[in-house]
Amino acid sequence: MKICTVLKQVPDAEASIRTSGSGVDLAGVTFVMDGMDEYGVEEAIRLREAGHTAEIFTLALGPRRFEEAIRTSLAIGCDRAIHIETDEALDVITQARVLADAVKKEGADLVFVGGKEADWDSSALGPALAEALGWTHLDWTTKFVLTGTTIEATHDTDAGNETVKLSLPAVITTQQGLNEPRYPTLPNIMKAKRKELRKATLADYAAHAPLTKIASEAIQVKARLNKILSGEGPETAKQLITLLRDEAKVI
Amino acid sequence: MILLVSELNAGKLRPSAREIVTAARALSAIGDEIHALLLGPGAAAAATEMAGYVSHVHFCEDAGYEPFKADVWTAAVAKTAADLGAKAVILSASRSGLSYAPRVAIRLGAGLLEDVIEVESDGATVGAKRFTYLSRVTESIRSLGLPVVISVKVNILSPADPAAGAGQVATIALPIDEAANRVEVLSQAKASTGGVSLDEASIVVTGGRGMGGSEGFTKLIEPLAGCVGAAVGATRAVVDAGWRPYSDQVGQTGKSVAPNVYIAIGVSGAVQHLSGMNRSKTIVAINKDKDAPIFKVADYGVVGDLNDVVPELIKLLKL
Ligand SMILES: Cc1cc2nc3c(=O)[nH]c(=O)nc-3n(C[C@H](O)[C@H](O)[C@H](O)COP(=O)(O)OP(=O)(O)OC[C@H]3O[C@@H](n4cnc5c(N)ncnc54)[C@H](O)[C@@H]3O)c2cc1C
Repeated sequence: MKICTVLKQVPDAEASIRTSGSGVDLAGVTFVMDGMDEYGVEEAIRLREAGHTAEIFTLALGPRRFEEAIRTSLAIGCDRAIHIETDEALDVITQARVLADAVKKEGADLVFVGGKEADWDSSALGPALAEALGWTHLDWTTKFVLTGTTIEATHDTDAGNETVKLSLPAVITTQQGLNEPRYPTLPNIMKAKRKELRKATLADYAAHAPLTKIASEAIQVKARLNKILSGEGPETAKQLITLLRDEAKVI
Repeated sequence: MILLVSELNAGKLRPSAREIVTAARALSAIGDEIHALLLGPGAAAAATEMAGYVSHVHFCEDAGYEPFKADVWTAAVAKTAADLGAKAVILSASRSGLSYAPRVAIRLGAGLLEDVIEVESDGATVGAKRFTYLSRVTESIRSLGLPVVISVKVNILSPADPAAGAGQVATIALPIDEAANRVEVLSQAKASTGGVSLDEASIVVTGGRGMGGSEGFTKLIEPLAGCVGAAVGATRAVVDAGWRPYSDQVGQTGKSVAPNVYIAIGVSGAVQHLSGMNRSKTIVAINKDKDAPIFKVADYGVVGDLNDVVPELIKLLKL
């Protein structure tokens, strides 16, 4: 079996986001592997540890800096990686098409991808990738069991959650709750340096015309009243209710 | 023409069905003809209601559309959009909507405008605004042509008023493509919010690690939520500890909510949590730590022990 883990490198959640001109300025920001993608890498490794014979490869589409996150996935246990290097901010649908071409070229039975990207706040990549591959997908997965080629999994829905059964090949989007991702150990970080990280470019795949473009980005600000009360519990509770009833008129 | 996909909840139109009508009307440069598609049990009755808002309603009562399956919905929506020649397909960015909108986009060769809070059109392209970087940035995005698939963030746009005349209602034959039906649902568990879906509630009361345990929820959060008709939310720390189900989680990896009032109790206000609630109209925080980041986004805050403040709030609200 071949398992593909798709990953992105994104600003660390604690990093403060600035803009310059009409766009987000990422200069000086610390980048990390997207936390949502870590669950997929971990799940792939656990499958192998549970006895599935699997080759696990990392696939990433993005600028040169992604290398660091890719190396981290290799240090955690992925066997090799393909980095389609580009500085173009392709829209998510076009990205899915390129990544699908790469998955087809490498061959894979199972793809893990993070459920929501911490930079674009998008949850479209997994479903779009599945569609471009002609596969089914399961999103917001919190429990995953593979027996032979049959998957039994639990995922979040609008109303709560559900347990489903499906067959490989499939795209699984991952989120917290699925597992507890491990940290790479120092010896494994050293070993990862010798693992194959193959570079590719968009030209290695069929051309797909972009469909949307980002026009501008601005820091989202919503002015808040910041009326902070302190004092004895009963007194502040009374003041709070008065404010909510008479000033905000919300209860 | 514009195609809307209106979601049903237990056979009734979801409130978001009227929000996406507002989005469609904002795109009149593409065309005034707005069609709505309703799928699943209850679609016939809901279609009559929907006809008050749009020019044409197509409904298919096939039970195979319930529970939601991305494969099945993708096939039906993409086929209808292609048959009708839709220039825009609009649906709400619920978990289900976010799950099949990208697939429809790929199938139609359309651009995707995801989880948007505003839309406009010049007739040839569609522009939209959406949040990025854990909801800290507002991005303006534009399609490079048509068609487009648009998922609209829930609870942001105001629900549309009825149109002047009633639209035409007709059934549409969309048999389930069994070959595409690749996921079998074995069991379902409902969220604990008791019918009020967290992302549609107008008031949300969220408890954090400061609640100290699941009793904190049954003794304080649930009674307070009950007093004001609110849905209950939780932080990741809480769901990880097993005090509440994952489906109650608000934040980057949980639900994204924008209620009229969001009350955060014993919640520190981590970036990942804020990203799921910072668009709430009014934010109230109760925390014993005056430096907790949640106070930075709060309209009203109480610095104090929740075990003193919340029982008092419940008592006063019950008066
Ligand atoms: C990839 C990723 C995704 C994540 N996604 C989410 C997400 O979707 N949602 C989410 O919530 N988190 C998410 N997190 C976790 C997030 O970073 C925080 O760890 C989490 O939100 C903290 O929850 P909390 O506020 O309940 O707990 P804490 O940070 O521990 O805060 C508890 C607060 O309670 C206060 N308190 C304690 N006792 C009392 C008392 N008696 N009275 C009053 N106040 C009291 C404390 O002062 C403190 O501020 C994510 C993290 C990662 C890495």
